[in-house]
Amino acid sequence: MHPSLKTLTQQATLGQLSRRDFLRRAAALGIAAPFAGSLLTSQAFASTATPQRGGILKAGMQGGESTDSLDPASWTSQVQHSFGQSWGEALTNVSPEGELVPRLAESVDSTADAKTWIFKLRRGVQFHNGQEMTAADVVATLERHSDEDSQSGALGIMRGIESIQATDTYEVTIVTLEPNADLPFLLSDYHLMIQPNGGKDNPAAGIGTGPYKVVEFQPGVRQIAERFEGYWNPDEYGFADQIEIIVINDPTARISALQSGQVHLINRVEPRVVDMVQRLPNIVINNTSGRAQYVFPMHCDTAPFDNNDLRLALKYAINREDMVERILRGYGSVGNDFPINKAYPLFPDDIPQREFDPERANYHYKKSGHNSPIVLRTSDVAFPGAVDAAQLFQQSCAQAGINMEVRREPGDGYWSEVWNKQPFCASYWSGRPTQDQMYSTAYISSADWNDTRFFRDDFDTLAREARGELDQARRAELYRDMAMLVRDEGGLILPMFNDYIEATLSNVGGWSANPMGEMMAGFALSKCWLAS
Amino acid sequence: MNTFVLKLIAQRIALGLLLLLAVSVLIFVGTQLLPGDVAQSILGQSATPEAVANLRRELGLDQPAWLRYFDWLGGILQGDLGTALSNRQDIGSSLWGRVGNTLFLAFWTAIVAVPLAILLGLVAVRYQNRWPDRAISGTTLTAISLPEFFIGYLLIYLFAVKFNWFPSVSTVHSGMSLGERLHAIALPAATLTLVILAHMLRMTRAAILNVMQSPYIETAELKGLGTFRIIARHAFPNAIAPVVNVVMLNLAFLIVGVVVVEVIFVYPGMGQYLIDHVSKRDVPVVQAVGLIFAAVYIGLNMLADIIAIVTNPRLRHPK
Repeated sequence: MHPSLKTLTQQATLGQLSRRDFLRRAAALGIAAPFAGSLLTSQAFASTATPQRGGILKAGMQGGESTDSLDPASWTSQVQHSFGQSWGEALTNVSPEGELVPRLAESVDSTADAKTWIFKLRRGVQFHNGQEMTAADVVATLERHSDEDSQSGALGIMRGIESIQATDTYEVTIVTLEPNADLPFLLSDYHLMIQPNGGKDNPAAGIGTGPYKVVEFQPGVRQIAERFEGYWNPDEYGFADQIEIIVINDPTARISALQSGQVHLINRVEPRVVDMVQRLPNIVINNTSGRAQYVFPMHCDTAPFDNNDLRLALKYAINREDMVERILRGYGSVGNDFPINKAYPLFPDDIPQREFDPERANYHYKKSGHNSPIVLRTSDVAFPGAVDAAQLFQQSCAQAGINMEVRREPGDGYWSEVWNKQPFCASYWSGRPTQDQMYSTAYISSADWNDTRFFRDDFDTLAREARGELDQARRAELYRDMAMLVRDEGGLILPMFNDYIEATLSNVGGWSANPMGEMMAGFALSKCWLAS
Repeated sequence: MNTFVLKLIAQRIALGLLLLLAVSVLIFVGTQLLPGDVAQSILGQSATPEAVANLRRELGLDQPAWLRYFDWLGGILQGDLGTALSNRQDIGSSLWGRVGNTLFLAFWTAIVAVPLAILLGLVAVRYQNRWPDRAISGTTLTAISLPEFFIGYLLIYLFAVKFNWFPSVSTVHSGMSLGERLHAIALPAATLTLVILAHMLRMTRAAILNVMQSPYIETAELKGLGTFRIIARHAFPNAIAPVVNVVMLNLAFLIVGVVVVEVIFVYPGMGQYLIDHVSKRDVPVVQAVGLIFAAVYIGLNMLADIIAIVTNPRLRHPK
């Protein structure tokens, strides 16, 4: 794609260009109108209509509990994520195209060794309590999340950092332990919301710099925020006067709340009802292919999975297309046994897709010499449809002459007793901002959640080299090698990447797909608006 | 009121308290036996081992169980329910709001359901085995046979989606007026009414029919009194004891057993609160809610006993 065209497409998608302007300027670049038009979805142009201010924008969401807190360090669920992105801001954001977007940091610079990073902060940004945001607040925030006692969800990211210093009122310098070209991406993590004095005084005060300020916080019930009049970037975020998240964990109740107009947006429409919901008047289904994935990890160091032929046999014995069709009802895409898809920057797109091949599976199975039943543990909580998926896997294994036993485990304690403990089970990953982050979270030898017990020095070396590599072409090559290692020798069976399926009322404007996460990666409430 | 009745009532209350104490031991022991690790459950799949270790240390799960039991009991006797493990909030302040919501829904459901059930029961007796009796029994039995989520969805489909009379999301909050609140809970209250109506109604009908066989009813009939007057004035007072028992059981259900209705209508009551905390292994909350549920059950049953004693002339006026 022509680089200028890419910029144009992005501008149009962000609503900065009208459709006519886009086509005119694309034509100036010598691009035929039908092709240029196909670059944009109708959704992109829905958002080019001028955003309207006012109204109360309400979302009905799954993923909130009465145990939730406003402390960003403790966030794990979707409601906290979406609400947090409305009242808080991180230093950086990552665009739907996977590019770095400045947020509270105006610019980012690094030394050639990718170890020292200088963040220039935006001036005149106000916290909701009236204080101005300065480098001291940023340093305090990052320090709080680096504390080993913090229980922060971003602790893993922060452990790679050697020092954080305020080098000026509006400048923060971060030194990493090892070269890390991804650092500015990692600081877009939704836990790292900049709080006054880092939230050290009161982590759950709910004071940030975001377009909305917290008015009411009832964990697991509803959360309300109103537009912050002192917000620095009102043209891009914060159109509704007030936003509200109502926690509706029951899928049917969510749809009926949308249908009766009590909420304007809902998340997690179940794949099996999408076709019915689509037929309802005034409701628009938005499905976004993201990085979330349903997986079956095997422990590479535990018999019988310590034999690569057996692992390959199982990888060839799974029918991916069939699973996408039956478990996701087509709302997803097939995986290729490495945890990266095209939603990631530098995705290696020339790796052949692994197909269901019972004969080849049988060949590897015989070669492995294993013949007792293989136990696969599963549970409803592993991912939606995990029990059915395990049974489909069992049937396709049978076609390859592999005897698989499906053992259903209770949902209670699945994450503490089965996943990452038992050698073969069903699980999910929601993806990470960068390839490096995904691999360092679960595939390098020292990873906290190495749920495939993949201990390979050559892989670790590649990962370290890629992390510090500022040359993107060389980096892409390294990522391709890493993907091949995991795909052909690792313990991951990745049958499918699941789409996020969300629905809005037709009077909601400004929706655009964002593969970074659910609800436009949490930005839906601050970027969408109500048409009168 | 005489000393005999007072003594009986005092005995009931003492027994109730003793039972509650025994239940508190059971709740405590039961929650200790739960499988899984508290810290891991709180932090979820995305927990780092460091965070889990830190949390475990902080929760102080190393003390012996009996010591923790007496700490807990002592706190409760002073009105301190403790602190939730999962979000460090004071259990009392978040729980009482939920208890209030649950009682609000239960109260208004009971206000509708109990008189309706008794009235329909009286009508059913009056027209025993004729079409009003059959119609009443038929419809209420159908309602109780359907699972409550089905009734809930049916009401949502009709009254929220089709006619848009009532909201399908019944979230109530502090800024709402009484009228708004009642409007919000209309559908869950109607669902619960349909669920509990049949049980109370049929008990009323059966208890009164039982009394109707007595010779004194025959005397009243021979005296020339109207059928409805006989049922309401002469038969019903003697059927109160069994009816009260059933009413109390249903009231207890309204408080402790409405999780499904809360989920469907997104009503912020105690049931959902308990479930959230059970899945996070938030033991102090589970214990507190368990104890409240037990107290409600024991309290309402005790009340039923006391009403039965007070309304029983043979106990009130012993020979």
